[in-house]
Amino acid sequence: MAMDQRIDGYPTHEYEGYPLRPGKPLPFGASIVPGGINFSIYSSAATSCTLVLFNKREKAPFVEIPFFEEFRIGDVFAMTVFGLNWEEIEYGYRMDGPFDPEQGHRFDKTKILMDPYARVIGGREVWGVVPDWNDPYQHRARLVLDDFDWEHDKPLETPTEDLVIYEMHVRSFTAHESSGVSKRARGTFAGIIDKIPYLQALGVNCVELLPVYEFDEFENSRINQQTGETLYNYWGYSTLGFFAPKAGFAATGKFNMQVDEFKNLVKQLHAAGIEVMLDVVFNHTAEGNERGPYISFRGLDNKIYYMLTPEGYYFNFSGTGNTLNCNNPIVRGMVLDCLRYWAAEYHIDGFRFDLASILGRAPNGAPLSNPPLLEQLAYDPILAHCKLVAEAWDAGGLYQVGSFPAYNRWAEWNGKYRDGVRKFVKGEPGMVGDIAQRIQGSPDLYASRGPTASINFITAHDGFTLIDLVSYNDKHNEANGENGGDGANDNNSWNCGWEGQTEDAGINALRRQQVKNFAALMMVSQGIPMILMGDEVGRTQYGNNNTYCHDNELNWFDWRQTETDADLLRFFQRIVAFRRAHPILRNRYFLSHRDYLGLGAPDISFHGTQPGSPDWSDGSRTLAFMLNGDYARGGSLRDDYIYVAMNMHWDTVGFTPPELPDGLRWHVTANTGVPSPHDIWDPGSEPVLSDRSVLLGGRSVVILVGR
Amino acid sequence: MNVNVTQESNYTLLQASGDVDGATAPTLQEAVLDAAEPGCRLLLDMSEVTYMSSAGLRIMLLLYRQITAGKGKAILVGLSEDLQDTMSATGFLKFFTLADDIAGGVIALDAS
Repeated sequence: MAMDQRIDGYPTHEYEGYPLRPGKPLPFGASIVPGGINFSIYSSAATSCTLVLFNKREKAPFVEIPFFEEFRIGDVFAMTVFGLNWEEIEYGYRMDGPFDPEQGHRFDKTKILMDPYARVIGGREVWGVVPDWNDPYQHRARLVLDDFDWEHDKPLETPTEDLVIYEMHVRSFTAHESSGVSKRARGTFAGIIDKIPYLQALGVNCVELLPVYEFDEFENSRINQQTGETLYNYWGYSTLGFFAPKAGFAATGKFNMQVDEFKNLVKQLHAAGIEVMLDVVFNHTAEGNERGPYISFRGLDNKIYYMLTPEGYYFNFSGTGNTLNCNNPIVRGMVLDCLRYWAAEYHIDGFRFDLASILGRAPNGAPLSNPPLLEQLAYDPILAHCKLVAEAWDAGGLYQVGSFPAYNRWAEWNGKYRDGVRKFVKGEPGMVGDIAQRIQGSPDLYASRGPTASINFITAHDGFTLIDLVSYNDKHNEANGENGGDGANDNNSWNCGWEGQTEDAGINALRRQQVKNFAALMMVSQGIPMILMGDEVGRTQYGNNNTYCHDNELNWFDWRQTETDADLLRFFQRIVAFRRAHPILRNRYFLSHRDYLGLGAPDISFHGTQPGSPDWSDGSRTLAFMLNGDYARGGSLRDDYIYVAMNMHWDTVGFTPPELPDGLRWHVTANTGVPSPHDIWDPGSEPVLSDRSVLLGGRSVVILVGR
Repeated sequence: MNVNVTQESNYTLLQASGDVDGATAPTLQEAVLDAAEPGCRLLLDMSEVTYMSSAGLRIMLLLYRQITAGKGKAILVGLSEDLQDTMSATGFLKFFTLADDIAGGVIALDAS
């Protein structure tokens, strides 16, 4: 049956020459239907609603169509407008209703509001182009067909225990001219495609993208008085619309092709075996507090979308002015719709939730023991194979590492892994017991959840880069224009003897050795390792541990470092390959310390300088452990024996590894105390350990394989 | 936007000129889909196209799907660098064989 034979393909109403029909309330948002466009928008407290239609990029609307009374079902205004060209228009809404902040209402019909379900948002189509602030409608809802040709692609569903995550910012990755990416594609989704071979050579199989939902890089932008540079909302942790990709991250944004460009990136990454995880920010919006702008939610239904104090002010658990009311049933539905959309339409493999503890708070801010939103996401059929990762804390003091409501589904950024390994490698005493837990995937935190609940990381976008972690004792954030007061103070960093860059060869060598120690420990730990973009080549932010506002070399990947710092890159490539070659390092369940299958040695055993004698004393800075490869994946796979000795003391220490079964010999895979290229060996080329023991220089890690 | 359709002895030539945007794309789409019948041999000459919006780009994707379904052949002729960049960034340039001019397009039709 042809579409024009449908009765609802014909108008029943008219307004100023525009043919209309009562719309369908679902799906929310604007949908292309036979002959027209269906507009559906929710508000529980608005008294009336008007659809405002613009020709693309024009300041003044060409028509404003009020929703007739019979176009409202429940709290949803729904209308089909015929004869519109979906590609040429932008749309918004005016909502009339009470302005009564004490009751939570802030309606203002003079404002044009963006649809929260907008799948394309205009107004910031090309990165960094100064917007026209006189435009009364800054962020402009548009339509898209969502009919990308995926061919045979689907989400990869890589087993979680096999992931090696690379946390990166879309623009930072290829914005630098040294990227070799064509000028038009620098800093874009398309630019990343050019660098897929680099990611493959590094060995990562999942990229975690800093926010890609549409945001305004000009939000709170300002000029740095010292340098004259513009400071931006560069990282983008401030969402305008949860359904729209950032147009300014697309080389084709000016043609409104960002949806297809981003989907093509996902498709090409999948073809290379690399999953895509999105860093999603559902804890707040770009509307700020009561002094912030009307963009969307505030004017549509303030009381529903935001957590409000009894006096009608905004709770600020996010540290950014407002808090999205995630456990309100309406908002919950929107979050679910959003994630389903990205999983189904964009083939996204996983989500990392920024300040996720907020998602477990009740509308009055109290932490819930059984938060409906987290439970719903954990059991959703469309998200069933998506990775769900929580940043298990918020800016309101809730810290849930180890206790995030997980429903056997959620993993966490393991902040205790980061802190413990930093202190241990720095040489603090009293860390050996903690490190034993971290190496095993933190069974002390995730006893019932398994090591795949633990995302193991040393560095992330928040905080120092890895080379800065070993080059600075203190943060140096003056460039952020906040008098250096922003950013974290508890960095657990050590500068190796000099604050900042130095020509001292001894200090520089020690720093590189410490970087390799971190990389080695992360790759031999059970759990899911995550590398911060550029750490593999020693990317520096010159001691700045909060570079949220810089569109420059402080954030950009300088690709010349792949040559100048080739020794680090080489070490990272090989240590990642080592992890991926050895399933005994990637177990789904915690190791038991027992030889429960009678395979000759326990799955894991801890040792000291002598076999079987780990030094758990408070002053200890040494630890070794051995993995029996025959216990890989619970004994279902055969792997080599692996022995790791860690000496975080400044003096040289000799370690004697346990004896291997007859016929097997220890081979040296890595020794971070030895200069490149003898710091790590390719499989098959490792030298046999000639003595019974191995000497570890101060602050070094040795990895042996027994085969 | 104008579109001319010429039936040559062993191929069909479609020549578009001007802006292909949301308003003019339906005309081009109709001409392209009419020509993209099973077993067709098509040259789509875009060398005189000054601007192409996403609606125009979608026409080429439709053409690709029609050609694939109907086992026909189509060559795109004279794509501007801009257009090639956009098609490349969105991943569908590789669906097509390109030619610089009509003569090259005819050779490509025979070769493909």
